Amino acid sequence: MIAHYGYADGSGEYYIIIDTDRCNGCEECVKVCPQGVLEVALDDYDKAVARVKEDVVKSIHFVCWGYHRRCASEESNCHAVCSQDAISHTW
Amino acid sequence: MITAGVDIGSLTGKALILEDNNIVAWSLIPTNPDSSVTVQRAMDAALEKAHMSLDDLDYVVSTGYGRLVVPFAQRNVTEISCHAKGAHWFFPEVRTILDMGGQDCKAIRCDDTGKVTNFAMNDKCAAGAGRSMEVMADLLQVPLDDLGELSLQIVDAMVPISNTCVVFAKSEALSHLRRGKHRSDILAGVCEALATRVHSLMQRVGIESEFVISGGIAKNIGIVKRLTDKTGLTPRISFEPQVVGALGAALFAQESLRREQQA
Repeated sequence: MIAHYGYADGSGEYYIIIDTDRCNGCEECVKVCPQGVLEVALDDYDKAVARVKEDVVKSIHFVCWGYHRRCASEESNCHAVCSQDAISHTW
Repeated sequence: MITAGVDIGSLTGKALILEDNNIVAWSLIPTNPDSSVTVQRAMDAALEKAHMSLDDLDYVVSTGYGRLVVPFAQRNVTEISCHAKGAHWFFPEVRTILDMGGQDCKAIRCDDTGKVTNFAMNDKCAAGAGRSMEVMADLLQVPLDDLGELSLQIVDAMVPISNTCVVFAKSEALSHLRRGKHRSDILAGVCEALATRVHSLMQRVGIESEFVISGGIAKNIGIVKRLTDKTGLTPRISFEPQVVGALGAALFAQESLRREQQA
């Protein structure tokens, strides 16, 4: 399942996209995120997968620094530590 | 096997009782500021129609915004999965679902078993939810049930609404009204803006036939017609589009019960 977490507003589209079929629940992305955006939890089909925390989704643009905008140039980031290529960003 | 699904939304509460493959009864009530009151009323209304009591139910699943406050539910499932499952029960060929309630809007893709393969949800902004329709109905003094029909009866030309935000769009609509524009033409602009917004959410997950619309918005012919034009697909709408989530929850209840019985 491709899960889009975030929203589009007047200034742009801000989604973190997680492919839960690829995700193996390893939690590397959870640990590396400097803003604590992610967590691993059971989905509706009883698989432990990464997702954006419920109380972060609606303010995602203010909490997540943005992969392309900032974290891609950091030493490590959620895309780099994911061995399954399960996470992507629209900004 | 008798199961029930309870869908507690932001504006309405729904309960549905399923016996094997038949919908026995369902309820649709406005929410109360006290969620536990909404839950109780929705469940009681459905039980009364079914001439049943809570003890007759083998398993209950809750869903929706208020899914964590249903004390008699054995399990809760997100409304995204429930809407896919419910839509699939009505229309097994469904692959794309648009559900819009009072405060949110979801675009869902599913496979041929009703399992979610892709989804995106907007629950941040009223501009992409039923609330925007309520605001305009109230401003233009049009009953909400008639708004959609009126938006199709354009007199001169659709009045484009440029503001993304419902709060500003309301002021914009008011200024058009004062300048003598017809209510229908203003509503056409309002519905066009909402349909465009919703369509772009759907494009994020991709659009594939069959296309089902659920939630209160399915009763708005102005939005349904515009989405038909934009997607090139004729949407399928169930006899009561607002209970699709509760039905999906009742179906999840059946699955959970079967798993328990086999264990």
